[in-house]
Amino acid sequence: MKDRRPHWSERLKVTLWTLIVPPTIWAGHFLFSYLWAAVSCAKAGAFATFPTLFVVGTVLALILIALSGWIAWNQGRIPGASPPHEDATDIDRQRFLAKSTLLLACLSFVGVLFTSLPVIFLRDCL
Amino acid sequence: MARACTLIIALLCLSGCNAQQSTLSVFGADARDIRHIAIVLTVGAVVILAITTMLYIRAVRAPEHSLDHHQGMRMILWVGAIGPTLILTALLLYALPAMRPRPASAADLVIRVEGEQFWWRVAYRPPSEATPLLSANEIRLPVGRTVLFELGATDVIHSFWIPGLAGKMDMIPGRTNRLVVKAEKPGRYRGVCAEFCGLSHALMAFDVIAMEPAAFDTWMADARAIGPIPAVATPGRALFDAQGCGACHGVRGTPHAGTIGPDLSRFGERRTLGAGILPPTIDNIATFIRAPQASKPGVRMPAYPQLSQEEARAIAHYLKGMR
Repeated sequence: MKDRRPHWSERLKVTLWTLIVPPTIWAGHFLFSYLWAAVSCAKAGAFATFPTLFVVGTVLALILIALSGWIAWNQGRIPGASPPHEDATDIDRQRFLAKSTLLLACLSFVGVLFTSLPVIFLRDCL
Repeated sequence: MARACTLIIALLCLSGCNAQQSTLSVFGADARDIRHIAIVLTVGAVVILAITTMLYIRAVRAPEHSLDHHQGMRMILWVGAIGPTLILTALLLYALPAMRPRPASAADLVIRVEGEQFWWRVAYRPPSEATPLLSANEIRLPVGRTVLFELGATDVIHSFWIPGLAGKMDMIPGRTNRLVVKAEKPGRYRGVCAEFCGLSHALMAFDVIAMEPAAFDTWMADARAIGPIPAVATPGRALFDAQGCGACHGVRGTPHAGTIGPDLSRFGERRTLGAGILPPTIDNIATFIRAPQASKPGVRMPAYPQLSQEEARAIAHYLKGMR
């Protein structure tokens, strides 16, 4: 069997620390959104007409979450035994962590979108 | 027995139905949107419940291994994750525009309402007038015109809610919240305090009267035009003066300009007594004057037990005569 040089995303190791990256970005974006809205309302009395900082922050958060989801997706596809991946082996642990990271990334992606949608619809400081 | 209980509970719930204070009996544009959302959500929830129940029953009855691992995972992905995400996104997109505040301009009527334990201080500020028109426990609105409520409080947090007109808005001491509304149907309605504010929180309501614009303008002009009321020496007026009622209660056209308690100008046309809790009959007013605590625990107004019922009735007659 021909050896394949692993892709860089497969060489990264999924751990419990990388597992919490997507929800942490989501939490950071949530905090940033509230701070941004509070500061905009307090200083300008209204949301900026084109909220550049907010859009940049949201896009950045979405890109980072998508990236960690994509890495997790790649790691979860490392060949091995057929499912369920529930043995106490390195490969099963990695698959489990990768799948969990992927699911958390999906949830966080939707969470960030839901947090930012009101800004598009409500341009008021009520 | 169980059926009878269900029926009794259903009938008791039906007793809550009314046309004055209900989110289902709407007379404003925002309440109409809120009712629409409530109906869509309720119907949607019932449909989703029916579908999940059906799936559950099918799953229980299906023979073992009728879905393999791959099919099962795919079903969880679509029915458990992607489906709900899409539904929630659609609901968010559908409901968010209703939260957008209605636009108001400087030409709109401003009504400042302040919540106090346990009544409502009302001041109408039409754009063309410099001095506000004071009132209490009753709000009149012109149908078809945008009205801006400026909401505040002087003691604790209250919440201003006219269920048939719009959503709730908190009234916070030291802060002015804005609520822009538009009444669409004339009639008599009711608003309440929707934030627990003390002993008589549940007894803190107000009347809402939506009027045709011409009738509203006439009412406003009449209310403003009150000249000095001739000092006819009636027993009621003499008692009102002697007991110092005017220290707290203002009455336009008289020397009484107190602002601590509710303004009593044109009290005779009010539809309720004590912030929406009692019919304003002579006896009710007299009883309220002598012992306000009895019908409104925690009220700030002192009791007047030294007055006889007859004397209190005389004051009531005087108040009822102010139109």
